Amino acid sequence: MDKQLLLGAEAVAVGAIDAGISGVYAYPGTPSTEITEFIQKSKDAQSRKIRSKWAANEKTAYEAALGMSFAGKRSIVCMKHVGLNVCADPFMNSAITGVNGGLILVVADDPSMHSSQDEQDSRAYGRFAMLPLLEPATQQEAYDAVRFGLDLSEAVKLPVVLRLTTRMSHSRAVIERKAMRDQNAFNPDVNTRQWILLPAIAKKNYAGLIDKQTAIEKSSAESPFNKVVEGKGKKAVIAFGIGYNYVMEVCKTNNLELPVLKISQYPLPKDMVQSFIDKYDDILIVEEGYPIYEELLRGFSDNKKFRGRLDGALPRMGELSPDAVAPALGVKPVVGQPVPDIMVNRPPALCVGCSHRDLYEELNSVLSAYPGKAVFGDIGCYTLGALPPYSAINSCVDMGASITMAKGAAEAGLHPAVAVIGDSTFTHSGMTGLLDCVNDNVQVTIIISDNSTTAMTGGQDSAGTNKMVDICKGLGVEPEHIVTIVPVKPRLEQNIEIIKKEIDYKGVSVILAQRECMQTLARKKKAAKK
Amino acid sequence: MERNIIIAGVGGQGILTIATILDMAAMHAGLNIKQAEVHGMSQRGGEVQTHLRIADGQIFSDLIPMGQADLILSVEPLESLRYLPYLKKDGAIVTSDEPFKNIGNYPDEQKVLDTVRKSAENVVFVDATKIANELGNPKSYNIVMLGAAARFIGISNADFEWAIGNLFGSKGQEVVDLNIKAFYATTK
Repeated sequence: MDKQLLLGAEAVAVGAIDAGISGVYAYPGTPSTEITEFIQKSKDAQSRKIRSKWAANEKTAYEAALGMSFAGKRSIVCMKHVGLNVCADPFMNSAITGVNGGLILVVADDPSMHSSQDEQDSRAYGRFAMLPLLEPATQQEAYDAVRFGLDLSEAVKLPVVLRLTTRMSHSRAVIERKAMRDQNAFNPDVNTRQWILLPAIAKKNYAGLIDKQTAIEKSSAESPFNKVVEGKGKKAVIAFGIGYNYVMEVCKTNNLELPVLKISQYPLPKDMVQSFIDKYDDILIVEEGYPIYEELLRGFSDNKKFRGRLDGALPRMGELSPDAVAPALGVKPVVGQPVPDIMVNRPPALCVGCSHRDLYEELNSVLSAYPGKAVFGDIGCYTLGALPPYSAINSCVDMGASITMAKGAAEAGLHPAVAVIGDSTFTHSGMTGLLDCVNDNVQVTIIISDNSTTAMTGGQDSAGTNKMVDICKGLGVEPEHIVTIVPVKPRLEQNIEIIKKEIDYKGVSVILAQRECMQTLARKKKAAKK
Repeated sequence: MERNIIIAGVGGQGILTIATILDMAAMHAGLNIKQAEVHGMSQRGGEVQTHLRIADGQIFSDLIPMGQADLILSVEPLESLRYLPYLKKDGAIVTSDEPFKNIGNYPDEQKVLDTVRKSAENVVFVDATKIANELGNPKSYNIVMLGAAARFIGISNADFEWAIGNLFGSKGQEVVDLNIKAFYATTK
């Protein structure tokens, strides 16, 4: 069969195409973006008419995927870990409705926070929602897990979670494809009442979800992704997901023959785990993420035979590596030479010519006259305005928080209260906050730094392109206080005047700072040349 | 056979092109591959690296353990030093000698080169920009670097030629030939 060298994220994409999905729904977010991008560019996906455009946010994506499932078709919905917070509501409740066509939530966690504001572990969500969860250790498993997960989803009539981490998503290996299978027939579930979560029905469905736990645990017990690697001695390891790779790497290099229980499908297969832990005196728990199962296995009385992140055997935070795991297996890691003293870091920076640069220069110039100011930032390239030479923002919390934090701070007496938010982040989660501002007529200046793309993740389509003025008008911002500027050097003085005027306005003001992203512009020029 | 290679540079320098050719050559040679890349925020002019592992047996970890890299292939001299803890005792460094200064506090250039020279037994400096320009194809900078490192990689030149042909094939035979010339610029 066809062999391909693919990123873990791409293996999921190909797995989904081959397993007969009819749609992928997603909002970009590192390290999950490449799944949807791959499907968007795939000729196989195009010829099979798999829908794949970006959604406005993770919640709209998840709900649309659930709708496709209602109609009997298979779908996947992809996001980064913090995106799952945004769609936690439909996610949790889809465990209560159940599914019709197979549905997989692919969520990519970012331990060590390479490109994220936290390192939350989505396996906690899997437990919370009482759903099956797959955590592949290899790219081949990532490919296989999609078909397996869709089948499981249709067998138990529940969504299935597929958890990746940065290292799995962004590492390449060769995978072997299976034969493509057909998409499901259109078969909307109009004859049942399971989708109507009125309390009486929800109670019945929830009881059903509890009943299904036996079946999904049985699937874990029989899973092709869970296995015991035999070994010698009284010390053993339980390794979860990609943690297995690091354990096996250290064992191979150092000729250790440790018994290892590999877990890549949850909920934990109880008998399999129990019979394993009964055999050994000292068990290292290796989890790429929070010590969720270590805590569970230790129990309230803190059974000391388990070691892991909680007792310092492994680092308490951050992603694992062979070097993090080696000391816990009694191996002294070999280290090369130290990094020489002359080394300096290269912090990421805004691109040369980027519109955010001009905007921050203008904004800083205006705000230098206001000692009581604060600028609330948001999630995107413009978060880099926090770094020198601009040092222009005071906060960056979650998608859309710039607007609503500026609002609350203004209500507490802050002036000027300025929000800087990108166009894609604004349509993702900023519009409702702006409506709150309008309804309370609070004195805030909202700067939408509009580069007509989702730049930070590589230039994906932005939901509000060419619609920004109309959106702000529709939300009730006074038309004379929706002001457009072009942040570019020759207009510096003129823009400074405009920003100052709007900051002094005693109401809601929106400044649209519009200039295309340098990266997407360069790409378009290159494409036009061809 | 097992080779652990760290490819290093600065975001935007195109180290993934080197990795892609290396991957394709290794695949053509029938080897197993794992290649961990960096995407996202750090690509914005920050330091980037890829861990590339090739072997005839099973590879478990996507990351190279410390002290296990056979080769650091860097398209920027300062960046070649950043990953020294990963380099084997007898590992090699192949680096461009041209600094990429996108930071104000870039250390003294000569000191950087001297430090690299002392950091491994096998150190190869490549004036890749000059060589690529002389070949009339400045874009082949990365291929010149790969060619200079090829002897430490353990894949045959024929496999590399195949990979270059495969990657650039859609752009015509002329482009393929230019890149093959760039690959051999420092090997012959």
